[in-house]
Amino acid sequence: MVELGYHYIRSEVVRLLEAGALLEEGPGEATRYAYAEALLVLGERNPNVVVLNADVAKSVNTTAFAAAFPEREFNFGIAEQNMVAAAAGMATTGLIPYATSYAVFLTMRALDQVRNSVHYPRLNVKLASSHGGITPGPDGPTHQGHEDLSLMRAIANATVVAGADAWTTKLATWAAAEWDGPVYLSFTRDPVPDLYTESYPFRIGDAVVIRDGVDATIVAIRDMVAQALVAAEMLAQEGLSVRVIDCHTLKPLDTATLLQAAEETGALVTAESNTILGGLGGAVAEILVEHHPVPMQRIGLRDTFAESGPYLDLLEKYGMSARHIAAAVQQAIARK
Amino acid sequence: MPDTFKPLTVPELEAMAVRIRCDIIEMVTTAQAGHPGGSLSAADVVTALYFRVMRINPQNPAWPDRDRFILSKGHACPVWYSALAERGYFAIAHLSTLRQLGSILQGHPDMRKTPGIDMTAGSLGQGLSAGLGMALSAKLRGKDYHVWVVVGDGETQEGSVWEAAMAASKWNLDNLTVIIDRNRLQNDACVKDVMPLGALADKWRAFGWHVVDIDGHAMDQVVQALETAGARKGLPTCLIAHTVKGKGVSYMEDVADWHGKAPCEAEALRALADILSCDLEDVELFGETVDG
Repeated sequence: MVELGYHYIRSEVVRLLEAGALLEEGPGEATRYAYAEALLVLGERNPNVVVLNADVAKSVNTTAFAAAFPEREFNFGIAEQNMVAAAAGMATTGLIPYATSYAVFLTMRALDQVRNSVHYPRLNVKLASSHGGITPGPDGPTHQGHEDLSLMRAIANATVVAGADAWTTKLATWAAAEWDGPVYLSFTRDPVPDLYTESYPFRIGDAVVIRDGVDATIVAIRDMVAQALVAAEMLAQEGLSVRVIDCHTLKPLDTATLLQAAEETGALVTAESNTILGGLGGAVAEILVEHHPVPMQRIGLRDTFAESGPYLDLLEKYGMSARHIAAAVQQAIARK
Repeated sequence: MPDTFKPLTVPELEAMAVRIRCDIIEMVTTAQAGHPGGSLSAADVVTALYFRVMRINPQNPAWPDRDRFILSKGHACPVWYSALAERGYFAIAHLSTLRQLGSILQGHPDMRKTPGIDMTAGSLGQGLSAGLGMALSAKLRGKDYHVWVVVGDGETQEGSVWEAAMAASKWNLDNLTVIIDRNRLQNDACVKDVMPLGALADKWRAFGWHVVDIDGHAMDQVVQALETAGARKGLPTCLIAHTVKGKGVSYMEDVADWHGKAPCEAEALRALADILSCDLEDVELFGETVDG
């Protein structure tokens, strides 16, 4: 375990990784629930925090905040555009609204409000977005927010954060309250393994090396970090030493850590359950091509809509499972 | 604290509205761009708010207890900029920089660039929601400021306006007033031809608002309606201000083409003469800056 060079990973997770059983036995919690738990702490800590819902409070568990702080919870009904612009208005008065919905509705139904009323005036609104990527597997494409990372990354003044597990999602939720300006927080609908110990050094803007390696690097975000760890373990069986980076902040991107990985390992693979267009893969490619081009492969939803199905089966069918990541790493290494 | 400004009387407000209309013409003429029609239609309402009704302090634009104003139909910002300048938020000299590179006066209102702008606006259908958020915040914190939002009549074609209307009623926001600038024209043509609004007052009533129809150019009516807004406990107020697009300028009145077009210098002089009710030879543009 020590020689593998894992960082901040729970020993139970390392054991499951080595046994090839993390994805079957690891889960875990949907990170949307971790967000809701974190809000309860925030509510005590910061009287300016208010929570805005759009009729999915039950799905995200923000009903707990509503029960604990009823005067500071506002349910806007199925009206995300109004919720987001109202959050902007609240923020002008010093409140810190967490506007909560699903990725599809927050970043697409309300995108104009997100852009013009929140990000252009740089208001202190937190956009809390569940059902990121294809994690609402069974719900199908209407509810799979697989474009949110790309859309949010394109907006000036945006900060885009997606924790890979429950603990880092809580840290992200708390850090967002201290961040002066808009923060987009992305959560999973489906459960992911609890990867990290409390020693994880979370800071908005950092990418964190969670596994050492010298032959190649996998850069992953949100739910795909667990897949990346499994892929690295598969490759280790074949004698390859693969670094894994949890790139929880898509914007601003930690270019120093990414370029260091490119220089030291010479091959990169990005992994996201977002569309392959313009998300993490796009962001990393932009950095590499300008500063340190190395062979790179991208794992993501390949410019298509997915379908209903169990989350892990969807990853398999649409080319985003650990097996696919491992194959992409082999390809990148072969191109060195 | 509010400043010590003495609220204007109705005749004084009428005179101020004339001044603001002249500013509007001069601004869009200098910029050779902008939206005169909807600025002129809203001029009387905005004048009454800034020079009589609102509790504000231009020396302290961020005063937490101030009344809030949002021009949701942000393209009409020349009227807002003029009112802010005439009220002392910034020097009147800025007005001639509208839409120029480096100006504090953007083509649509930017709260980060212009003192006194409480909310960025421009993409229609968002200002009432923002005002709703400000009004909710006041209720939550026990503050007694009032939130005023001017919405265009064409703008109410945006569905999000009705999302906000529904919500204001749910939360009993009697500290929120929307003023609909009912000038009956929009960018492309007449509102009734582009997308008719039907029984507009009945619609707002059905959404739970206290609705009052007023002549948006009769200053005594405007003042009376604004000063009694919010008096119905638990009800948000909707003032439907019946106005004329391009009001005060003979050739602009009721002509959709003047929604987003700037007059040339000769047209501007004619406009000033109309607004001031005087002869053409008696007016001049402030504009040595006109045409560079």
